[in-house]
Amino acid sequence: MLEVSGLTTKYGEISALREASLHVGSGEVVGLIGPNGAGKTTLLNSIAGLLAPSGGRVTFDGEDTTGMPPEKLLRSGLALVPEHRRIFVDLTVEENLRIGGVTVPSADRPALLDEMGERFPMLRDKWTTSAGYLSGGEAQQLAIARALMSRPRLLMMDEPSLGLAPLLVDVVFELIEALRSQGRTLLVVEQNATRMLELADRAYVMRSGEVVAEGTGAELRDNEDLFDTFVGN
Amino acid sequence: MTELLQNLIDGLGRGSIYALLALGVAVVFGVMHLLNFAHGELITVSGYATFWAMGAGWSWYLTVALIVVVSVATSLAIERVAFSRVRGADDFTLLLTSFGVHFVVSAIFLLYVSASVKTFPRPGWVTNTYALGSLRVEVFDTVVIGVTVVTLIATTLLLQRTMFGLALRAAAADFDTARLMGVRSNSVIRGAFALSGLLAGIASVFWLMRAGSISPSAGINPMLKGVLAALVGGLGSLRGAVLGGLALGLAEVLLRSRLPDSVASLTEGVVFLLIALLFIFRPQGIVTVTHAERV
Repeated sequence: MLEVSGLTTKYGEISALREASLHVGSGEVVGLIGPNGAGKTTLLNSIAGLLAPSGGRVTFDGEDTTGMPPEKLLRSGLALVPEHRRIFVDLTVEENLRIGGVTVPSADRPALLDEMGERFPMLRDKWTTSAGYLSGGEAQQLAIARALMSRPRLLMMDEPSLGLAPLLVDVVFELIEALRSQGRTLLVVEQNATRMLELADRAYVMRSGEVVAEGTGAELRDNEDLFDTFVGN
Repeated sequence: MTELLQNLIDGLGRGSIYALLALGVAVVFGVMHLLNFAHGELITVSGYATFWAMGAGWSWYLTVALIVVVSVATSLAIERVAFSRVRGADDFTLLLTSFGVHFVVSAIFLLYVSASVKTFPRPGWVTNTYALGSLRVEVFDTVVIGVTVVTLIATTLLLQRTMFGLALRAAAADFDTARLMGVRSNSVIRGAFALSGLLAGIASVFWLMRAGSISPSAGINPMLKGVLAALVGGLGSLRGAVLGGLALGLAEVLLRSRLPDSVASLTEGVVFLLIALLFIFRPQGIVTVTHAERV
């Protein structure tokens, strides 16, 4: 479904991402792990069109999408829950969801809003609350729900559990699990490598801007050297 | 007391026009981080259109429509020709570009029309007044305030109730994330310029009706009022822009009537001084904008 080959992205002279390659098949849950500064966010942002890669190629469903603007990529079915959630704090919870569904026909929007209300009961109680008043866990749920409003075929998430209390981390992982059991295709960047590897069909390990290893969750967990060196305890 | 009420009405009339200009500045600043020093050129261009229309024997009713159309079209054209090329550039580049647009537009009229002031007849009712208790109220101020209130309500509904308004608010808060949601940057930026041009067009109608004249540099004064009012209100806040406009209008009228005659001509200077003081004590303006800076 998603094919990334030799992708390089620079900030000025510095290559934050060097010739990264990965692929995600339809219905797969793929993890992307590695230490801080490894280039995971740069990779997701380059795929999503927020950053312009200086080399390499991204294809989505066979179409070359390298350097395509994010609003166009979203329309072809690729959504990103960005790092730090980036919910619109001045808008209400409902408005955040509506903007997430800006690309779906307006006739379909009410049903989607209902669906999000059922799936995220925590949000439904705060429908008309300004999103700035949400707790970290609620905000993360809103960020994911907002991305789901566009009915993406591939959902990318950047550190969905970052900064959350342990109980809420569980909630996020349960949510990922639920999405997976629905047959959704996911590409998830996670600091919490152990849990991500339990959940993912496959994972990639990044370090210093490069993809250094690939394997199933079990393979990567069993490779202790790799795990200790690249992923950390 | 009567004089104060009189001043309040005069000030609100004047401030309404500033509020419409400031709101246009704030809408564009929101989505592009552009402080538009070319905003007054919308009045310059529509002013020359008015001069032409009056010369061709148009009625004021028709000319009002022409002014609004010309203002919106000019706003969109300036975006297309100039600002679309510097999208995403740093704030200083955007600022310089808007100055450039201002100079180019006035130079075009200077070169191809005339350096001298062109006059056109004002509608007859502009100077009419009516009695309201002990007050003498200008018909003009009444119309200005009424139209402004209706315009502000309509703008609020547009921003709060429509998908375009929602997209505009989301893009103003965080442009990249709005694009991630599928908001088209072209639509939202052009929409912002169209709205800004529409608001300036309404302000322009009143500005030109009262002035009855146009010159190549006529855009400077309305631009200063609009930009200053937006700054006073707190850049990026639409509510602040409206409040800033009203405050500026009231301050001008109150000062003009209270200052001793010998310094009344310095009203503008005193207003600028007050604004400088405001920024010393409250650099963010009247309304504090809380949402994240665009990154």
